[in-house]
Amino acid sequence: MSPYRTDRILIGTLRCAAVVSGLIVAVVALFLVSESVPALRQIGPYRFFTDSAWHPAPHSGESTFNLVPMIVGTLTVTAGALALATPLGLGSAMFLRFYAPPKLGVIYRKIIELLAGIPSVVFGFWGLVTIVPLINSIHAPGASLLAGICILAIMILPTVALVSDAAFEVVPKEYVKGAAALGLSRWATIRGVVIPSAKSGLFTAIILQTGRALGETMAVLMVCGNVVQVPKSVFEPVRTLTANIALEMAYALDPHRSALFVSGLLLLTLVAGLVLLADVLSRRYECSQ
Amino acid sequence: MKHKYSLHLLLVLLISALLTGLANAAEKKLILTGSSTIAPLVSEIAKRYEKENPGLRVDVQTGGSSRGVADARRGLADIGMVSRELKAEEDDLLAFAIAKDGICLITNQSNPVASLSDEQVVKIYRGEITNWKEVGGNDAPITVVNKAEGRSTLELFLKHYGLKNQEVKAHVIIGDNEQGVKTVSGNPNALGYVSIGTAEFDAADGVPIKLLPVGGVEASMANVKSGEFPLSRPLNLVVRGQPEGFASDFIRFASSSKVDDIVKEQYFVPVSN
Amino acid sequence: MNVASNSTESIYSQTFGSEEPMSERVASLLVCGAAACVAMTFLWLVFDVFWSGLPFLSFDFLVDVPSSAGRRGGIGPILVSTLLILGVCMVVSLPLGLGAALFLSEYTSENTTSSRLVRYSLDILAGVPSIVFGLFGNAFFCIYLGMGFSILSGGLTLACMVLPLLIRSAEEGLRSVPDEYRAGAAALALSHTRALFQIILPSALPGIMVGLVLGLGRAIAETAALIFTSGYVDRFPDSLMDSGRALSIHIYDLSMNVPGGNNNAYASATVLLALLLCINAVANTFAHCWHRNLTAEAST
Repeated sequence: MSPYRTDRILIGTLRCAAVVSGLIVAVVALFLVSESVPALRQIGPYRFFTDSAWHPAPHSGESTFNLVPMIVGTLTVTAGALALATPLGLGSAMFLRFYAPPKLGVIYRKIIELLAGIPSVVFGFWGLVTIVPLINSIHAPGASLLAGICILAIMILPTVALVSDAAFEVVPKEYVKGAAALGLSRWATIRGVVIPSAKSGLFTAIILQTGRALGETMAVLMVCGNVVQVPKSVFEPVRTLTANIALEMAYALDPHRSALFVSGLLLLTLVAGLVLLADVLSRRYECSQ
Repeated sequence: MKHKYSLHLLLVLLISALLTGLANAAEKKLILTGSSTIAPLVSEIAKRYEKENPGLRVDVQTGGSSRGVADARRGLADIGMVSRELKAEEDDLLAFAIAKDGICLITNQSNPVASLSDEQVVKIYRGEITNWKEVGGNDAPITVVNKAEGRSTLELFLKHYGLKNQEVKAHVIIGDNEQGVKTVSGNPNALGYVSIGTAEFDAADGVPIKLLPVGGVEASMANVKSGEFPLSRPLNLVVRGQPEGFASDFIRFASSSKVDDIVKEQYFVPVSN
Repeated sequence: MNVASNSTESIYSQTFGSEEPMSERVASLLVCGAAACVAMTFLWLVFDVFWSGLPFLSFDFLVDVPSSAGRRGGIGPILVSTLLILGVCMVVSLPLGLGAALFLSEYTSENTTSSRLVRYSLDILAGVPSIVFGLFGNAFFCIYLGMGFSILSGGLTLACMVLPLLIRSAEEGLRSVPDEYRAGAAALALSHTRALFQIILPSALPGIMVGLVLGLGRAIAETAALIFTSGYVDRFPDSLMDSGRALSIHIYDLSMNVPGGNNNAYASATVLLALLLCINAVANTFAHCWHRNLTAEAST
């Protein structure tokens, strides 16, 4: 025990902060579950995967609740955006730290930070009036999986760039100097020294951006076309789980509303699974070292 | 050390500002929720009402017609906003029309097709006609724009054409009106439907869209006003039970001729006599 | 010489060897290409927004009350509401986030069950879609806690949302503080509290600032979480319990719901971007001053 009283108070306070922060997710989950229960009880969990289509509103006859096309939509948009944003984001961070002259680096960092703050609404707005017509000129209807991937990639890129930059910063400068002294080239230093020792930070970057991509709502809603279907090509429209919630929540009544909470719960589970996966992967990586 | 004190001072000031803010909660408030079509209109009406009745506050929240119905029923809102006629099963609510609106089909201005028969529209939305040349236009695939589930625009449209949402083969599904206008103005081969007010305003504003007639009647506010246009709807304020006091006063104000200029400014048709 | 040596004034200003000119050149090309791509997209977007927004921007626009559903008039009340929401969000999340980050990285081992549990739940929280936060905020703060549609509900919902981001970045920043500093403080028999405030926090400041800027950015940009919590009312708020429309919701409404709202949507987006620049600049200056102040103090 520390001899200082202030220390005990300090650590107690900090512990409280940590516990409260940790509990928020429990409250969110609890709430989602409690709101989903009516749907799970009335409709049953299987119908969300086996129903013929997604037509939850009672006015259109028999209600059906198939979430599969939207799960596929969410996953494909996220995967596409990740595939596009990860190399660009990592490249940006490397540029910032190892390639850019100081003045350019400062400007570039400003650009990335600003990009991080541009509201998804602005991205969506811009995507709708710029990217969608552009894609439409290649292949109708424009509002498509591809448009979603492009916009989403631009949106999550700054997060991955800034967090990987922070991870690079942690790499002790001695390592880099040592590598240079051994006559390693710039790229060899990055590949052989910097990336391995920044690995855990880079994992953080990827987890953070995956979460952001899965959860992005407004921009995706504006550019993806929102048709509930499993896309056969990148030019076909899709609807993501989040867009579905945003589109229908304000209009949804009892079983429908509850069904939307089920999709929220599903998203939460997806994210939880992802975090678990990342945890296992990074631990396996540490073990193998 | 000076900086530390100023930091503390700043914190204290911030916290005290927060607390006084908390203590200062509003006195008398009327809450309206519902249709996103009506929300901007009622916001403007509320502003004028507040000006005429100092001390009273009217909060307008957006959402959708079904939410307006649900919130008015459950008492979460004092008044619901519903952009359609009430259904038979909603007879527990009272509706007060404050304006009228219509729904029309829109295409891109560059599209040579000047009108579509009801039958053609049905076939296009069912996916039986997929190319503009089948209805006398260019050889280009039709991009069908539909509204998201729960929108009263969608319900009205489907009902008019005798369609079921399950059989609609849409390529783009939109939320609010302007999204539809932006989708159609950015895609020369799109066909969509939106509120006439929105479409007329945008077309007049230079947005490259074209309003198609419905059932041979030209889509215009004038025809909605005269009652000739087949696809029209009232914009309603709904309450559970007979409205009293503040709420009834506001409803009377909103459906009076005192707000006609606001209704026209938002491109709807006033209903007051 | 190869391409890379042209830019030896990088942040590390380090001269590297050049054994593999070919792969080196390709790598440089790719990295610089990626950066150029990102910068171009950004400039394209920003110029587009500024180009369309600046002509409608004036001092009156900033202070005026919106009229005709936002087509005319300004964004005065909306700016005030936005800043209040941000204020509530930061007042709640900054101490909480910093505290949690300090506890996790300084006062508990990384492998204890409790710390792993907290970290795990934070990672999940970071991934919760903003729209789900909106639903949660609506049911929890607005209805369950009875705050109604209010700036307070909106700010608190945002606080939950940015918390994991703040904690993560602050942790990264704290991890960048060399262990020698901690050992040194311990050797001098400094209390944890003093070591924390005088040594560890100042050196972790850059990382914390990144988190702050990211968090503020995410908060100010948020639409989905606010539409069901802070509401749609566009007049000057009387108190924190009053509903107030945030700038991003205003942009959404103008661009998606109000015909003819494009010009003011662009203008509002321009203001939002400018606001972001300001936050950035203030955060940087503040960090700079604090750092200098503390190093000066330490040396006397």
